[in-house]
Amino acid sequence: MGILQQSQEIPGVLTVTSDSLDLEDLQHFLMSRPPARAARYEFLHFQSGTGGRAWLAGLIDKVGTAKTVGADIVDSRWVTVGFTWNGLRALGLDETSLATFPEEFRQGMAARAPILGITGANHPDHWVGGLESPSLHAISILFARDVAERERCRQEHERYLEKCDGVGLLSALDLEAIPPFDYAHEHFGYRDRLSQPVIEGSGEVPTPGSGPPVKAGEFFLGYPDEDGPASGMPQPQTLSRNGSYVAYLRMEEHVGAFRDFLKEHGETPEQQEWVAAKLMGRWRSGAPLVLTPDKDDPRLGADYSRNNDFNYGTMDPRGYGCPLGAHTRRMNPRDTAANMNRRKMIRRGGTYGPPLPEGAPEDGVERGIAAFVGCASLVRQFEFAMNVWANDPNFHELGNERDPIFGTHDGTFDMTIPMRPIRKKITGLPAFTTIRGGAYFFLPGIRALRYLVSLTDGG
Amino acid sequence: MATTAIETPSTPKEKVRDWTKPAAMAIPKEGYLSLQNGRYGPVYPRTPACHGFTIIAKIKPGREDAIRAYGRTIEKAIEDMPDALATLKLHYLRWILFDIGKDTYFMYQGIFDTDFDKYTEDAVALFKKVGVNTVFENLEGFPEDWKTNVPAFVKFVREHQRPSFLEYGEYPYATADEIKKALKLKAAFGNMLDLMQ
Repeated sequence: MGILQQSQEIPGVLTVTSDSLDLEDLQHFLMSRPPARAARYEFLHFQSGTGGRAWLAGLIDKVGTAKTVGADIVDSRWVTVGFTWNGLRALGLDETSLATFPEEFRQGMAARAPILGITGANHPDHWVGGLESPSLHAISILFARDVAERERCRQEHERYLEKCDGVGLLSALDLEAIPPFDYAHEHFGYRDRLSQPVIEGSGEVPTPGSGPPVKAGEFFLGYPDEDGPASGMPQPQTLSRNGSYVAYLRMEEHVGAFRDFLKEHGETPEQQEWVAAKLMGRWRSGAPLVLTPDKDDPRLGADYSRNNDFNYGTMDPRGYGCPLGAHTRRMNPRDTAANMNRRKMIRRGGTYGPPLPEGAPEDGVERGIAAFVGCASLVRQFEFAMNVWANDPNFHELGNERDPIFGTHDGTFDMTIPMRPIRKKITGLPAFTTIRGGAYFFLPGIRALRYLVSLTDGG
Repeated sequence: MATTAIETPSTPKEKVRDWTKPAAMAIPKEGYLSLQNGRYGPVYPRTPACHGFTIIAKIKPGREDAIRAYGRTIEKAIEDMPDALATLKLHYLRWILFDIGKDTYFMYQGIFDTDFDKYTEDAVALFKKVGVNTVFENLEGFPEDWKTNVPAFVKFVREHQRPSFLEYGEYPYATADEIKKALKLKAAFGNMLDLMQ
C-alpha cells in the first residue's frame, strides 16, 4: 500500500504522446510523479464561501497541471488541491449540483468506515487531525524536492492563509522519505511502487507483467473507461470534466510490533525475512515470491523488467510461493480475479515520522504511510479494495483472514501459509497498522477550479 | 440523509459451521438478522442454504417467448464455455416464468457462495459478456443504461429482491468449491484403490 515520493530509479517524468488527455486542465497529481523527497498535507476549513473562493483564486496558478509537471520544467514544488463534498457546498455549489455527486462521496469516508472494514481501533472515533469532521472542506497537497523547500512553501502558505479571511487550518501532516534514498520503501522496509497502472495516452510503457495501459476514464471523469463511454458524471460538466476522486488514508505502522512478530516466528534472520515475505507476497527487496519462493533475490527485486512479470493462476495457483492471503495477492489478485481492469487505482503518497533504527525498541512515536488512492469511482475501485481485498475474512475462501499488513486486526484473525506437506497457520495475527485518519476528496480540473471560484453564496 | 453516519456493527465472525448437521434459519422480513451495510446497501446473510437472491419482476407484455427462447441460448453458452459463470461462485440458478392475472412474472433465483454486494460489478460485467442482459431487458423497469450505470442496475436488483423467510440446508454452509473438492478427492481415492488391486 505504501508509496513514497522518490525519483531515483522509477522511470521519471512522463513523456506525453497523446493529445486525447487534456493535459492543461488535468491536475498533475495522478498523471506524474515528480522527484519529491518531502511533502506536506494541509487540511482546511472554510468558515465562509467568500473566504474559500478567495483562497482558491490565489492558489490556482500554483496548482501543477499534467502539462507543466510532465514537461521537464525545472521545478522544486508541486501543489494539488481537492475538496470534500462538504467543502464543495461551503464554496457555494448549489444543491442540485451537489446531488449529482455519487452517494459514497457525499457520505464521506468516515460515514462509510464500517463498509470499508475500518472498525475497532481504526474507527473514525479514534482518528486524529479532525478528518472525520464535517468541517473538513479541502486539502492542499504539497510535494517538495526536499525538506528545505517544503519549509519555504509551508511558511509561504501560512502567510497566505493569514491574509485569507474565513479559511482555517484544521490540521497538517509533514512527510519525508526515509533513508536509504536510493529506492522507494516504507517503514517496515518493503520496497514499494512496484505495481502501478499505466494510463492510456500517457505515453508511459507498462513494465513487463503489468498488463496493458488502462483507459483514462478509470481515473479521470469525462473520458471513456474500460467499459466504454462513462456516464452519470457530476454536473455541471465543467465541474466534473478532468476531475478525479481520491481516498486519503493515514496509516500508522507499528514497526516495533512488526519486528517483534518476525522474531517470534523466525529464529534466524533468514527465517524472519521469510515470514516478512510471506506476509507481503514479496521479499523486502521487492523480489516476488512467485518468482523466487525460497530465497531472496535483491537483483530481481530491483529489476523493473522482471519484478512484476508474473501471475498467480498458472504460476502459483495454490499459494506455495505467495500465500493466497498475502498483501500483494489480495490487493492485486492479477489473473485470479474477474474484472480486474475495473479495479485499478493510482497510488500517491509517502512516509511520515522518523524511521525506527534497526534493533531499537518501539519508541511510541507515530510513523507510517499517508497515501492517496486515485480513481473515477470510489465505490467500484477504492471501496471494493477495502471491503473485499483488504478486509473480507473469506476472500479466496480463507475463512478467517484479513490482509495481514493492511487489514483491520484485533488479534483474532489468522494467516495461512500453504506449504508441503502441511500448511503453516499463524493464529491471532496482531495489528501491524492502524488507520489514523482518512477522507474522500474530489480533485477538480483547472477549469473546474475556476468555476468554483466563480460561484456565489446561495448558489 | 447523505451526511448521516451509517450505524453498522463491525463484521461479526461466523461461527464454526457443521456441515454434518442439517440446519434451518428463519429470516426476519427485512431479509437480515442485523443490519450490516455493504457498499450498495444492507448485506444479506449467509444461511445454511448459502448466499442467494430471489428476484421477481414483471415482464414487458409479449416478451414471454423471447425470455423462454433465451434459456436455450444460455444452455449453449455454458456448453461452449463451461466456466463462463465461475466468477459468481454459483451452486444453482433457477429461472421461472409464472402468471398472476394477465401479467407474467419472471423469477430469477440464484444460490451462490459470495456476498452479492461484494461482487456486484463483476456480476454486471459477466451478465453483459454472457448475454443475460437480453433477459433483463425484457423486464419492466429495468434501467436502459444499465451497462454503464451499475448503481441503477444494483438498485433494480435490490428493489426486486424478495428475501426468504426460511432457508434450509441438508449439508449447511458447504461451498461449491468444497463440494467439488470433496468429489475430486472421492474420485482420486477411487482411482488409487483401483491401482492397488
